[in-house]
Amino acid sequence: MAYRKRPLSPFMLGQTYRFQITSLMSILHRITGISLALGGISLVWWLMAIAIGGDAYEFASRQWSSPLGLAFLFGFTLALVYHLLNGIRHLLWDAGWGFEIPKVYASGYAVFVVGFVLTGLIWFFGMRGMA
Amino acid sequence: MSGGGETSRAAPFRTPLKRARGLGAGKSGTDHFWTQRVTAIVLAPLAIWFVWTLVTLVGADLETARGIIARPWNTIIFAVFLVSMFWHAKLGLQIVIEDYVHTRSLEITAHFLNNFLCGLGAIASLYAIARIAFAS
Repeated sequence: MAYRKRPLSPFMLGQTYRFQITSLMSILHRITGISLALGGISLVWWLMAIAIGGDAYEFASRQWSSPLGLAFLFGFTLALVYHLLNGIRHLLWDAGWGFEIPKVYASGYAVFVVGFVLTGLIWFFGMRGMA
Repeated sequence: MSGGGETSRAAPFRTPLKRARGLGAGKSGTDHFWTQRVTAIVLAPLAIWFVWTLVTLVGADLETARGIIARPWNTIIFAVFLVSMFWHAKLGLQIVIEDYVHTRSLEITAHFLNNFLCGLGAIASLYAIARIAFAS
């Protein structure tokens, strides 16, 4: 029997579907979710280092203060803020609010704008508090 | 058989008990959906505070870092946040695996790793936080 290879959902974007902000945001929600879970494991390592102290803490602290460590933490912040804001959007949908197409787009753009501003504020005040 | 109208229906074998239990074909009802929302609602107000605390911890010396985590409410909020986070992560990753991993053996391995790592993450977090809090 001959089967026609039909496209499956995650790979339809770009081939079958026109690019759209709504599907992009849905995919980003999953990507940031996966990233946050993996990042969460590295936070446990950090916490364990704080608990153990001594050389373990010195090593962990050096890694997080390095440019790569800071970039990682900045990416973690960005992913967390995005997942948080888009998650609130999902919760509002669950409650039945904002399903009209214009509102879906408006809340989508709002997530990006508020997300960047919030991430900027966290890092601006976080780094200042550190000094 | 007097109930002729009954047998012509689509689901003559579904018993009222099945409906009363409300667990559906997956046998877990709305539990996954609901727990994911509840953990999301717990995490939402704490997320900004949590990541802000992390940023302030960068480059701090050991005593300062321990001091921040050992403050009574910080200890509790850290514990609540991390347990809810790993629980929420487990539920979310489970859906991602179910959706995209189609080879059965790989899927089972992925589910195992997901449960194991998220469980380990939650337990290790609690251990570390408790040790920091009670040592100071």
